[in-house]
Amino acid sequence: MRNTPAARPPEPRTQSELPPPKGDTDLRGRPLDELETPPDTLLEVRGLKKYFPIRRGFFRRHVGDVKAVDGVSFFLRRGETLGLVGESGCGKSTTGRTLLRLVEPTAGTASFEGRDVFQMRKDELRRLRRQVQIVFQDPFSSLNPRLTVGEALREVLQIHRLAAGDAAHRRVRELLAVVGLRPESVSRYPHEFSGGQRQRIGIARALAVEPTLLVLDEPVSALDVSVQAQVINLLQDLQRQLGLTYVFIAHDLSVVEHISERVAVMYLGRIVELADARRLYRAPLMPYTQALLSAVPVPDPRRRRERIVLQGDVPSPAQPPPGCPFHPRCQHPLKDQDCARIRPPLADKGGGHFVACIKVPLGAGQ
Amino acid sequence: MPEPILQVENLRTYFRTDAGVARAVDGVSFQVLPGETLGIVGESGSGKSVTSLSVMRLIDAPAGRIQPGSRILFRGERGVEDLAQAGEARLRQLRGHEIAMIFQEPMTSLNPVFRVGEQIGEALRLHQRLSKRAARARSVEMLRLVGIPSPEQRVDEYPHQLSGGMRQRVMIAMALSCDPRLLIADEPTTALDVTIQAQILELLSRLQRELGMAIVLITHDLGVVAETCERVLVMYAGQVVEEGPVDDVFHRPQHPYTEGLLRSMPKLGQETQRLAVIPGVMPSALRWPVGCRFAERCPYHWQKTREEEPPLFELGPGRKNKCWLVQYPERRDEALRQGGGYGTAGVARGPEARP
Repeated sequence: MRNTPAARPPEPRTQSELPPPKGDTDLRGRPLDELETPPDTLLEVRGLKKYFPIRRGFFRRHVGDVKAVDGVSFFLRRGETLGLVGESGCGKSTTGRTLLRLVEPTAGTASFEGRDVFQMRKDELRRLRRQVQIVFQDPFSSLNPRLTVGEALREVLQIHRLAAGDAAHRRVRELLAVVGLRPESVSRYPHEFSGGQRQRIGIARALAVEPTLLVLDEPVSALDVSVQAQVINLLQDLQRQLGLTYVFIAHDLSVVEHISERVAVMYLGRIVELADARRLYRAPLMPYTQALLSAVPVPDPRRRRERIVLQGDVPSPAQPPPGCPFHPRCQHPLKDQDCARIRPPLADKGGGHFVACIKVPLGAGQ
Repeated sequence: MPEPILQVENLRTYFRTDAGVARAVDGVSFQVLPGETLGIVGESGSGKSVTSLSVMRLIDAPAGRIQPGSRILFRGERGVEDLAQAGEARLRQLRGHEIAMIFQEPMTSLNPVFRVGEQIGEALRLHQRLSKRAARARSVEMLRLVGIPSPEQRVDEYPHQLSGGMRQRVMIAMALSCDPRLLIADEPTTALDVTIQAQILELLSRLQRELGMAIVLITHDLGVVAETCERVLVMYAGQVVEEGPVDDVFHRPQHPYTEGLLRSMPKLGQETQRLAVIPGVMPSALRWPVGCRFAERCPYHWQKTREEEPPLFELGPGRKNKCWLVQYPERRDEALRQGGGYGTAGVARGPEARP
């Protein structure tokens, strides 16, 4: 129950210096929402919300909402990997799914190559799904058990009218080779494969349409350590060879650090910190990120670290705390009543290090 | 050296399946000293969970069977007895009383239709013949011990009213209510988020200090072992392949499997260009390979390793390695000279194994 030295801002600011508490005011740094995105931006998400209504009683009266995603903004540069981390229920998977409209968003925009995904009609959406694909944690549940791997892959090619006949056969073999599966796999059924191989099949199927963006939703979480490394290396090779852009969603902080250029940390439906992976892991600024990182068990018995043990559980996303969603569990020495009143914007604290905390001073990011 | 509280000798637990006999645990020996935390680490299919279930004698008959010749010597109130030979009535006395166990998913081990307090109290009334009122009071006390806020109210709640972390605390309260000498924790934090995991691990080590029990912690997570255990066994393909103090095993891994495991994990705060890869997958318990069971995935293997099974060599007190490299250390250097080993650049892509 201690804060690391990094958590302590140099100069405590007095109450009077704080701007008046009113909604999303610009507090110490420009909010990410208002920034211009770099020219190589592939996807730009602003103000994304997904509320799941809670209905009760005979008339299915709308009594509230589970705020799974509550105002998320980020951009994605071509060819990079953006990691999305957080604990269960933080909204990272829902965020990933709205990007393909597998879940319909409640509000916000997602501009993919200049066009808003959330406004697309059916035919446009179909074209989008040739460019954006998703890989799930357990591809087994999304593979038809009665189709051989070859048939499953040919089906994708057919649906998107990419190849038929001999060309399709050749393409299937090529895809299997790309993900490191033997040619004989073509005539095998999903149950004949191990977890790691199934994930390779899931990746091959996503690659069949030659996408530019892959949303990887916990792609290695179900795999054993030794197999996990095989799949991570494969994903990195593919990115290099094919110039892919990844959104990598996972709860394992070490894996996310390894594979991502930039990382966004989510808590209760919001991004609370976003920065270069190296910067975020070496000098996290948001008290939640600090606690999260300090909780990760490290396979080195000599590295006994000071651990910040958070008290209690994550609050329910149906009733998120007012102000900063983390304030009830926060151990920042400057925490005060403003934290319970002001919703902190995800603001640039310097050098592109975005933090949603009104107690982190401007310039702390450098 | 103190007398071990648990001594397992040549444990073999086999399962009959439609496809043949699965030799899930195949000749495992180890001991647990009073008050220590022993980690058993391995991937799925290594036999670590079946080992812990065998010690508790929770193997489902008739499909599963602890083979004759296996010994599970437990030193309890009545002195040393062989759990492999113990009758069901005796086992029921021991379980939950002198030996307790917690599992990965507390929801499946908690009864959804009984209040939390009734479930903790059941063991107390059974083993310690406490009255209903005394059992309830002790349940509240246990809930407080495991850090559940307002235990007087929580004691009357049902499992579904608790969060995952709270349920695991209830399981721990139940397991510890009768002051066991030995606690077997099988992946106790695997289903939990990392901040909740930190709470539970801290709770377990605090309770161990206060109550002085021995813990066997079964996990796939090397990080959890490094932070909580004093000694560790590494299991592969139904056998122990390496054993030793945690510090030594993690800093000087001797078995190529342990070395590969440690090098294939991304480590927090350390930049790695490329992860080392152990090619292939764990073989099936229906058909363990002859010779060394790891040979087909081992970067140092040679003909002998594929033909003869190595013994578990003793390298020093409590330090063991089941690998022919102990006798032929030059083979490792040779492989490394030729660009073998886990050299990160050497392995471009993990070749797949046959389904």
